[in-house]
Amino acid sequence: MEMLANIPPSFLLFAGAIITVLLRGTARNIFLVALPALAFVHIAYLPSGNGLQISFLPGFGDLEMLRVDKLSKAFGYIFTLNAAAALLFAFYVKKAVQHTAALVYIGSALGVVFAGDLITLYIYWELMAVSSTFVILARDTFKAKGAAFRYVMVHIFGGLLLLAGIVITFSSGGSIAFDSFDYSGANLGTWLILGGFLVNAAAPGVSAWLSDAYPEASVTGGVILSAYTTKTSVYVLLRAFHGWEPLIWIGCIMTVFGIIYALLENDMRRILAYSIINQVGFMVCAAGIGTDMAISGATAHAFCHIIYKSLLWMSAGAVLYRTGISRCTELGGLYKTMPLTLIFGTIGALAISAVPLTSGFTSKTIIIAATEHEHLLWPWIVLELASAGVFLHAGIKFPYFVFFNQDRGLRPKEAPSTMLWAMGILSFLCIYLGIRPQALYDILPYTVDYQAYTVSHVVTQMQLLMFSALVFFLFLPMLKRTPTISLDTDWIYRKGGQFLYSTCDYLLNGINALAHKTLIAGFTKSVIRFAEEGPTRLLAWILTPIWELSGTSKEQQVKLRDELNEKAQKGVFPIGITACLSVVILGILFFF
Amino acid sequence: MADPKKEFDWFDKPSSRKLLWWILWITCGLTVVAELFIHRHPHFGIDGFFSFYSVMGFVGCAAMILVAKGLGVFLKRNENYYGDLEEETPPDDIDGNAS
Repeated sequence: MEMLANIPPSFLLFAGAIITVLLRGTARNIFLVALPALAFVHIAYLPSGNGLQISFLPGFGDLEMLRVDKLSKAFGYIFTLNAAAALLFAFYVKKAVQHTAALVYIGSALGVVFAGDLITLYIYWELMAVSSTFVILARDTFKAKGAAFRYVMVHIFGGLLLLAGIVITFSSGGSIAFDSFDYSGANLGTWLILGGFLVNAAAPGVSAWLSDAYPEASVTGGVILSAYTTKTSVYVLLRAFHGWEPLIWIGCIMTVFGIIYALLENDMRRILAYSIINQVGFMVCAAGIGTDMAISGATAHAFCHIIYKSLLWMSAGAVLYRTGISRCTELGGLYKTMPLTLIFGTIGALAISAVPLTSGFTSKTIIIAATEHEHLLWPWIVLELASAGVFLHAGIKFPYFVFFNQDRGLRPKEAPSTMLWAMGILSFLCIYLGIRPQALYDILPYTVDYQAYTVSHVVTQMQLLMFSALVFFLFLPMLKRTPTISLDTDWIYRKGGQFLYSTCDYLLNGINALAHKTLIAGFTKSVIRFAEEGPTRLLAWILTPIWELSGTSKEQQVKLRDELNEKAQKGVFPIGITACLSVVILGILFFF
Repeated sequence: MADPKKEFDWFDKPSSRKLLWWILWITCGLTVVAELFIHRHPHFGIDGFFSFYSVMGFVGCAAMILVAKGLGVFLKRNENYYGDLEEETPPDDIDGNAS
């Protein structure tokens, strides 16, 4: 037991990633669900404090591979719980490659959560970026490859910000310990670290990687991706940057940004991707508030969010699996043949909208209460509006356009049973945590003195939500889907990349063409011509006065010149002429 | 599901849709009426006036839809705007869902 207590949970998943390759069929499927379940139990038994210390280069201090406290444990629980559900959902997958990548990805996310120093954190951070890229690539479509490429480029950029921040922090007298940074002592190093974290949080301006790449992943890939990258980022923000005021506003912008784009979107999984940005906005805002209540609220919200967001991605995934379609303009009327997927998806949709009796209501409202406690009027208004907007885009729009709206003649089969089981378990958790939130509140980093179920809370929340629903149906003609995409900040590097390419093409190939024209086709050709014809012409020029003096007629001169040309080209001068020419040239040389 | 006559299509019927509209309006009304019977603790002042949350939900959502609609004019593009649209079933589809 002592030995086990020193094993970071990430190692279990890495070991599993290797074993997965060796297993086949049912054995592999069972192993894939058992592994995260085992990791869950392992985390539950981890003693608080620092477990595994490894000495690093002298002068840096020890690497802390296993820092265990309530905050890291809460994220550890939900990461492993979600992994078990997602891998149960993935029973249909035949190829191991995606699972291997997924286990490394989940393992490195756990690594970040339990990292006690910045170097360990950085290594896991990069591993997470690389392994998640392979999860996206696993779908193996043209669009997925493009999206994965852009995804990894953005994350390399974020990783470099983080690395630069760590180096500057350390070299300016800081330690490699990963603890909270003081806002009043903010310097270039800490800002860069924050920048690196915010790339993964999908903050405004650097969020496009999420909505670009996740919807291009496979059915299971999307479910897995939706949980980890952004939530590890929430974790590190809660750990290190709580109370950093700019985060309040960054979070607020994210909540509204996600809604507006989700409203414009046609692809059902891209709607859910934008909805992640909206939800993470709440958590980033809470990190900025930084009070005990806000941190606990954000942890609770991350916990519940991972469950209902996975559930939503699963129901969308099941639809995609059965129909091969993800555009709202081509979907509709699926309630007739996929009722269970509809029910589970709707439970997820209600939970994300924080309808009373669901987990969203017992978690998200803690964050909103935290803004009330701190008397932050504008953030409070934005978060309340965003809560209403969530119901609009994820709570109603997603199920409505996929399962109701117009019957398009699609009659797919209900989702496979393992998918339904996975969705059923997560649906149960959404409702269970909505009715008995105390189980969740007990694992939060700080004790929460919050009563979600007061009559006043329930009534005001229902007012907010029901009138949002009313607006949705009143404005339905304006919400009609169009087969379009919406420009996001990825335009800058997608069109910018094309622009750079065509500019370079024009400029560099232009220089090439010019060089060819003047040097190769022009100058070199003249040199060749001179070498070929120059001596003969010179000779003819010298000989013409001699011919004139010797009384040769014009016609004969022309004939002689032609003969000279011919002989020069064939290189067959009679010795007499050669000797004569040599004398002439020597004569010329002598005079000059 | 083999027999299309037996198919469950309750939500497609105009009468059901009408009923759902009624339920929606009535629920909205009930939430407002319910406020008469509760005692609220406004934190900011502006949230103190009657039916604040229903107004916020309605106006806020309407505004967001209008903003989205307005931005859509500038932001919406053809699906093949980036030139990467390929109507394809992945050659070796990991999801195996091609049907």
